Amino acid sequence: MPKVTMTVNGTSASADVEPRTLLSQFLRDHLRLTGTHVGCDTSQCGACVVHVDGRAVKSCTTLAVQWNGASVTTIEGLASGDQLHPMQEAFREHHGLQCGFCTPGMIMAAVDMVNRHGGVPDEKTIREGLEGNICRCTGYHNIVKAIGAGAAAMTGGKQAAE
Amino acid sequence: MYEFAYHRPNSVRKAASLTASGEAKLLAGGQTLLPTMKQRLAAPDALVDLAGIEVLQGIELKGRTLHIGAMTRHADVASNATVREALPALASLAGGIGDPHVRAMGTLGGSIANNDPAADYPAACLGLGATIVTNKRRIAADDFFTGMFETALEDGEIITKVLFPLPRRAAYAKFDNPASRYALVGVFVSKRGRDIRVAVTGAGPCVFRVPAMEEALGRRFSPKSLEDISVDAGDLNSDIHASAEYRAHLVGVMARRAVLAT
Repeated sequence: MPKVTMTVNGTSASADVEPRTLLSQFLRDHLRLTGTHVGCDTSQCGACVVHVDGRAVKSCTTLAVQWNGASVTTIEGLASGDQLHPMQEAFREHHGLQCGFCTPGMIMAAVDMVNRHGGVPDEKTIREGLEGNICRCTGYHNIVKAIGAGAAAMTGGKQAAE
Repeated sequence: MYEFAYHRPNSVRKAASLTASGEAKLLAGGQTLLPTMKQRLAAPDALVDLAGIEVLQGIELKGRTLHIGAMTRHADVASNATVREALPALASLAGGIGDPHVRAMGTLGGSIANNDPAADYPAACLGLGATIVTNKRRIAADDFFTGMFETALEDGEIITKVLFPLPRRAAYAKFDNPASRYALVGVFVSKRGRDIRVAVTGAGPCVFRVPAMEEALGRRFSPKSLEDISVDAGDLNSDIHASAEYRAHLVGVMARRAVLAT
C-alpha cells in the first residue's frame, strides 16, 4: 500500500493507505479527525469541505494519495486553543446552524470565500459561494448573516474588491 | 470503489505508456471520474494521475491565441487576469461550472475528455473554434466532440492543452439546473471576422452548432436575427429536468441572450 504523508492542521501525519482511500476517509478513519463530515458522499452536499494547499475542496471526492506532501486544514485546525476562529464565533453568535451537521463544511467554505475575495463579500457573493454546501435544517439566512459577520471579523470590515 | 493501482508520472510520455495497456484511466481533477467509480459505473484497474506533470499546467497568451494547459483548474481560468482581459466569456464560463469546491479541482482537459452532454467547456471549445492539442496531434473542436461522452481521442492519447483563438465578440448564456449547476441549456456565441459560431450544450446528446443561427447572425449580428429560428426538438434530450420542447425553446432564448451579452 502506498504511504501518504501530509501536514494536517500543522502536524505531520503519515499512513499506509489503499489508493482508493478518499481524503475524507483518511482524515476521519486514519487520523480520527471526525469533525470533517460525510453527508452525501456524492460531492453535492459540501459537509466534507477541507482546505488543501489553501483551496477548499470536497474531501469525499479526492483521493488521499493525490495529496502526498500537501498541507491540509480541517475544522479542527481553525481554532487556536480555546479561542474560536472568528468565522466559528460568528456562526455561534448568529445561530448559523441548527443540527450542526453541515457546519464544518459551511465554515471551511466560508473561510475560503473570505480568503479568495479578500474582504467582506456581499450577500449575493456569499449565496453563490455556498452553491456547493447544502443545509437541510433551516435554510441559509443565518448562515449568510454569520458569514458576513465572520468575514468582517476576519478582515476588519474591509469591503471585498468585487 | 473497487481497488485500483495509482500512478503519478511526471511526464506525458510516461503517462501515455502507463495508459497504453490494461484498463487504466487518466485522473485529472477527478470530479466526475471519482463519483463514477464510487457508483461502480467505472472500475479501472489503474489511475494515472496527471497532476504531477508540469507542462500540462498554465495559461499563456501567444499573439491572438490563448493557450490553456489541460490540467488548469476551472477556478484558475475564472480568476486568471489574462483570461479575464483577453477572453472574459471563457473566464465567466469557467466561474459558473459546478460550485467553488468543484472548480478548485476540475480541469479543462478533464471536462472535454469526458464530454458530458451538459458540460460547459465543450460549448466554449466548439463555440470558439478551439484546437485541442494532444500528445499525438492537433484536433479541431469541430472534429473532437463525436457523441455522448465520446470524443475523437484514441487509447493512450492525452490532451496537453487547448488553443483558443481570440474572438472579436463572445458570450456564453447558460440556463443551469439549480441543483447540479449543469447546463440545462447553454449557448456559446462568438464572432471572429466572418467566422460566426453558435454552439449549444445541455440540449442534445452532444454539443452541436446551429448553422441557421450562424448564417442569420452573419447577415446581422443582433438578437433580432434569431427570433424566427427554432431548433428541432426531435433531436434533443428529454428527462425529469426538462422536455425536449422546452430545451428547444431555451436554445433560442439563451442564444439571443448570449448575442445580447457579447
